Amino acid sequence: MTIVYSILVLGILGGVFGAVLAYASKIFYVEVDPKQEAVRACLAGANCGGCGFPGCDGYAAAVAAGEAPTNRCVAGGPEAAAKIAEIMGVSADAAEKMVAFVPCSGTEGHAEKRFNYTGPVDCRAAMLFGGKSNKTCTFACIGLGNCTRACQFDAIHIVDGVAKVDRSKCVGCGACAEACPKSIIKLIPESQKIMPACSNRDKGAKVMKMCDYGCIGCMRCMRECPASAIMVRDFLAEVDPAKCTGCGHCAEICPRKIIVTFGGKVTVAAAE
Amino acid sequence: MLTNILSISLGAILINNFIFSQFLGCCPFLGCSSKVDTAAGMGLAVVFVMGLASAICWVIDQFILVPLGLEFLQTLAFILVIASLVQFVEMFLKKSVPSLYSALGIYLPLITTNCAVLGVVLLNVQNNYNFIESVVYGITGGLGFMLAIVLFASVRERVAFSEYPECFEGFPICLVSAGLLALAFMGFSGMQIFG
Repeated sequence: MTIVYSILVLGILGGVFGAVLAYASKIFYVEVDPKQEAVRACLAGANCGGCGFPGCDGYAAAVAAGEAPTNRCVAGGPEAAAKIAEIMGVSADAAEKMVAFVPCSGTEGHAEKRFNYTGPVDCRAAMLFGGKSNKTCTFACIGLGNCTRACQFDAIHIVDGVAKVDRSKCVGCGACAEACPKSIIKLIPESQKIMPACSNRDKGAKVMKMCDYGCIGCMRCMRECPASAIMVRDFLAEVDPAKCTGCGHCAEICPRKIIVTFGGKVTVAAAE
Repeated sequence: MLTNILSISLGAILINNFIFSQFLGCCPFLGCSSKVDTAAGMGLAVVFVMGLASAICWVIDQFILVPLGLEFLQTLAFILVIASLVQFVEMFLKKSVPSLYSALGIYLPLITTNCAVLGVVLLNVQNNYNFIESVVYGITGGLGFMLAIVLFASVRERVAFSEYPECFEGFPICLVSAGLLALAFMGFSGMQIFG
């Protein structure tokens, strides 16, 4: 008899509580904007924070409330932007897809080292030694992979002591740029064809001693660019993506071979 | 009656503090205590749920389980009550007191599996408390939990800025300070109030 009572009592208790909860979920139902749920379904769901909101839910709520543009989801790209725009009933301005770029070519054996660092594998730890790094060049990638650990998409890896971005995997969330204690990682539009792979703003003679692949500010690219898209400021070449046609002439004539062209040819001498 | 309630309250808060002398609810005690704000939020939520759970479980025990001779089902039935109660409270707060919900929100589901809540309802039964005593024991037990977790969070906030051997970094130093705090509460042990 006891066993029957036990089953009955627990069964009834469970049933009653279940019914109360089911009823309560109807009574206490808090309306969520259906748009918010629809928008949330379009997002990549990586919670990467590339949109500048706290997670995908935060962004979806802001979009549904009309407080955020529809094209901020970098991971979702233009497809997500188009879908969200359709839900919100506005025209889609496709977000220019950004990708991370590490402007440093100071690979192992080519950038002079001040000492052999054997401490914790963490760029910030390495920076504690004199506030610089193991490399003489103060602008160089330290290569201990804080960016690799920050990346949720397995898109940035240390190759020969310098971080390298896998552009097919990069979604442009900027987590690596934030994690880089040297702040050298840049987000560039995916359409930009040309980038000088160096961040050093020291004078040419100094750079010559420090790194085989440092920009010495010789201005050859600036003079010879057919589209006048390159400017050398503080001994460092900079490309204006609006003017650059991507002809690749600068990459060929650069005496230091540091100008990278995307879309096939990579002239970084490190390719050797 | 009044002295009885007073002795139950002081006992639950100080002498038989749930965390420091009964070692119940250690998980949220360690997990939710890195900041005083969150610790106070968790503490409040526990007070709330413990009080309600004591009341409802006493009713179920006295009017359903005991008359049918099913005392051995207490643990099972009480877990059922606590889990549904926490769910219900969460829904209720979300609808009617959104500000409190956003303050307690993330802690409420954690309490579902908090052994201190189950502990308090089982102890109510063991000690043969009546309804009022049960509720008082539940609320003051929660207050004791809150006192402990807020104290511990304050300690941890200070420990973060102090120097200790590097090998203690993180959880070890946290457990050591918890132990020292528990030792301090040992001072209350064995005290008797009002005979």
